[in-house]
Amino acid sequence: MSSRIPIVPESTEPLPGLGENTGLLSWVASIDHKQIGIMYLIGTLIYFVIGGLEALMIRTQLAKPGSELLSPEMYNQLFTMHGTTMIFFVVMPFLIGVGVYLVPLMIGARDMAFPRLNALSFWLFAFGGVLLYYSFFTQSGAPDVGWFAYAPLSEKPFSLNNGPTYWALGLLVSGIGSLISGLNNVVTILTMRTPGMTMRRLPLFVWMMLVTSFLLVFVIPIITSAFVMLLLDRLLGATFFTPAFGGSAILWQHFFWGFGHPEVYILVLPAFGIVSEVIPVFSRKPIYGYEFVAGSTVAIGLLSLGVWAHHMFAVGLGNVANAYFSLASMLIAIPTGIKVLNWVSTMWGGRINFAVPMLFATAFIIEFVVGGLSGVAIASVPIDWVVTDSYFIVAHFHYTIFGGSLFAIFAGVYYWFPKFTGRMMSETLGKWHFWLTVVGFNMTFFIQHFLGVMGMPRRTYTYHDMPYWGSMNLISTIGAFIIALSVLVFIWNIIVSLRKGEPAGDNPWKAWTLEWATTSPPPVYNFKLVPPVRGRRPLWDLAHPDSPDEPDAKIVTEGPNG
Amino acid sequence: MEALAGLTYYTIAISVVILGIIVIAVAYIIIRFRKKSGEEGEPYQDFGSLKLEITWTLIPVAIVAVLFLLTCSTMRAVDPPSADREPDIIIIGHQWWWEIVYPESGVITANEVHLPAGRQLLARLESIDVIHDFWVPELGRKIDLVPGHPNYMWIVAGEPGVYLGACAEFCGAQHANMRIRVIAQTEEEFSEWLTRQARIPETPSTGIAAEGAKIFQEIACMNCHTIAGTPAAARVGPSLTYLATRDTIGAGVLTNTPDNIAKWLKNPAKYKPGSLMPNMKLTDEQVNAIVAYLEALDE
Ligand code: HEC
Ligand SMILES: [Cu+2]
Ligand SMILES: [Cu+2]
Repeated sequence: MSSRIPIVPESTEPLPGLGENTGLLSWVASIDHKQIGIMYLIGTLIYFVIGGLEALMIRTQLAKPGSELLSPEMYNQLFTMHGTTMIFFVVMPFLIGVGVYLVPLMIGARDMAFPRLNALSFWLFAFGGVLLYYSFFTQSGAPDVGWFAYAPLSEKPFSLNNGPTYWALGLLVSGIGSLISGLNNVVTILTMRTPGMTMRRLPLFVWMMLVTSFLLVFVIPIITSAFVMLLLDRLLGATFFTPAFGGSAILWQHFFWGFGHPEVYILVLPAFGIVSEVIPVFSRKPIYGYEFVAGSTVAIGLLSLGVWAHHMFAVGLGNVANAYFSLASMLIAIPTGIKVLNWVSTMWGGRINFAVPMLFATAFIIEFVVGGLSGVAIASVPIDWVVTDSYFIVAHFHYTIFGGSLFAIFAGVYYWFPKFTGRMMSETLGKWHFWLTVVGFNMTFFIQHFLGVMGMPRRTYTYHDMPYWGSMNLISTIGAFIIALSVLVFIWNIIVSLRKGEPAGDNPWKAWTLEWATTSPPPVYNFKLVPPVRGRRPLWDLAHPDSPDEPDAKIVTEGPNG
Repeated sequence: MEALAGLTYYTIAISVVILGIIVIAVAYIIIRFRKKSGEEGEPYQDFGSLKLEITWTLIPVAIVAVLFLLTCSTMRAVDPPSADREPDIIIIGHQWWWEIVYPESGVITANEVHLPAGRQLLARLESIDVIHDFWVPELGRKIDLVPGHPNYMWIVAGEPGVYLGACAEFCGAQHANMRIRVIAQTEEEFSEWLTRQARIPETPSTGIAAEGAKIFQEIACMNCHTIAGTPAAARVGPSLTYLATRDTIGAGVLTNTPDNIAKWLKNPAKYKPGSLMPNMKLTDEQVNAIVAYLEALDE
């Protein structure tokens, strides 16, 4: 039986790509998923450096109370651009980019279902970012109304400059790229799997990309329509979000968070996927409770669509609405907890090789639990009323997006770099990078929980000299510079390893999914021959012909000591 | 507040226990299951256990159920229905200052909420421009001031004293300097304060203060500010009727002294860049006269 459904016609021409020509044009004109994936990664690395510099300026300003280094206007532009950049131009496109590179390989396909749309997605992402950053060079400066652009502050009467217009346009453009990419992934995963690769055998990273892609398809239209309304308001004098003329300020928030909360899971589900690949390989055990890890992803995806107003507990929606959104948000903790426990159980009884990818994955678990627990706390309405819009929230979401997604991203980079480039990354530099990141990250953000509880609001360009605030902020700022140092080590590691890294071979980690069955880097056509897929770990089966995974075994088998 | 403390302790306790379990488990794993040199081959391949999965689904369900019930009861305790009562105080957000209205007595002041300690008052919160958020950490919850969507909040300060707070929703250039002071007084002090604020001041008729009064009416001040008993009745900027009785100017950027008022009038943007109070290019004489006038209103 073939699992290919003929929605996507086989292409009759050979695709242009790496081929003979390896010049710039071969990249710009490429519709090869690997080249596009690599371009995503390079693009996000550039934006990561820019967003990081913005963060450093923010933290420098806040190092002491009453600092006048940056004007309020400049500070507001920087924190707006930092948030927008890190979310829309770093974490999200990175995960999409890794997905674009790996999904076809992991399911044994030749390319994405729609290679040209794939290229379109990338270029929309790239140009959306350029459009956004171009605002820095205009007279009005960059957007300065926050990455959430709450109306009516983002409306013309209160933001006469063009910043918010650039913001909405840039994100509109890159958002369409993400939407297309989501569709492309869904079709690819549903129709292009190699024979034998049933949904129950799908690598977990692919599962999570599938759920993420569905989320993209559902929620990008929400924010796109909000951008269009905002632009109509700003450019053509409509009044969707201006209460003074019959619009509603709260409506914007419903649209924004209707997208914004699922977006959080768009940022973290693929990260869960990376960790779900790394932990088994380095523990030398199959993932514990595969069905539960995959199933809980679907549960999270569905729940995430119905919890948006937990960002709006202080808006005054009434206690009935608050109670519903509180409960729905708390429920997400259950599938998330299932994942964490399955990762820990995968490690339990393993023979763990703590190479750099595994170090990042292990730190990910603990940091993500911290962010998850503070998330449950603020899902409780009365607690949220106390700490929302304070530094507690800044700490919370950096634990999920930095301690969570970004740590997983680092794990993924160290894990797949050999596949992407054919060379290993340096373990020594990697360990430096890891420890500096762990120290810097926790130093920067843990203390912010306390600052928030002590009453420090977010998004303020300066603060009064309240007891301890100065020294606590200084600690946080020092942490940020340690992170900056760690990023330098990381980039240095990439440069050095690209030139002198040890040759990786096809499968340096003795991993089990299909991408490791081809050469590193893979040829344009990906596989000479896709190995037979009779279980979840095709390469384990090849390596252990005497004890292959049971094909479609009982969903969960009881081990003698488990 | 007690209900809130209970909820907070429960949440912290649960979080610490869960985090503790995970950290200890991971630490144990790192020590026990790290690959030792000389170990060969693959460990036992364990695919999972249905029993465990069900257990660690049900335990969180129970934790969440308790947390949710506590949430609901605390939410009711912190925010009981206001029973369609008229508010005691109206707090109006402006970019970047607070207008405080006591509807019963008609008193209007700015950036300071005076309260009788121990008495629970109902506040209505509105905004004239963008979204702001009223937050005085020691008094508990925060709540948004949304244009076109008035909100209600119970506000009570147990002990007399000054409680500091700030705007917590990003509202533009000077969001950082939109501070608020809640001043809780004994019942007597409070009613004394209220009576005094409700009195209509006499316009000084002699000396430099009288000159100040004249300047104030002549130049644009009155397009934006109120002084009770005079034609100045605009509410674009804070009421200046009893400015002299307040602790700060510019929503907390300067302490309120005649000197500082003069500095502020000369160049508001120096202390609050982006502030909507324009630099009126006043001469030193004009400034001194206006300051004398504003101070004289409280005599
Ligand atoms: C365009 C409107 C406008 C005009 C004209 C104007 N002000 Fe203001 N004024 C404001 C606003 C708005 C504030 C609040 C600034 C803030 O705190 O951000 C303010 C604040 C003040 C304050 C500080 C009050 C406090 O409690 O913090 C004083 C004093 C003051 N104005 C005096 C004057 C005088 C005197 C004039 C005339 C020379 C004048 N203003 C003209 C808008 C105006
Ligand atoms: Cu959310
Ligand atoms: Cu404000």
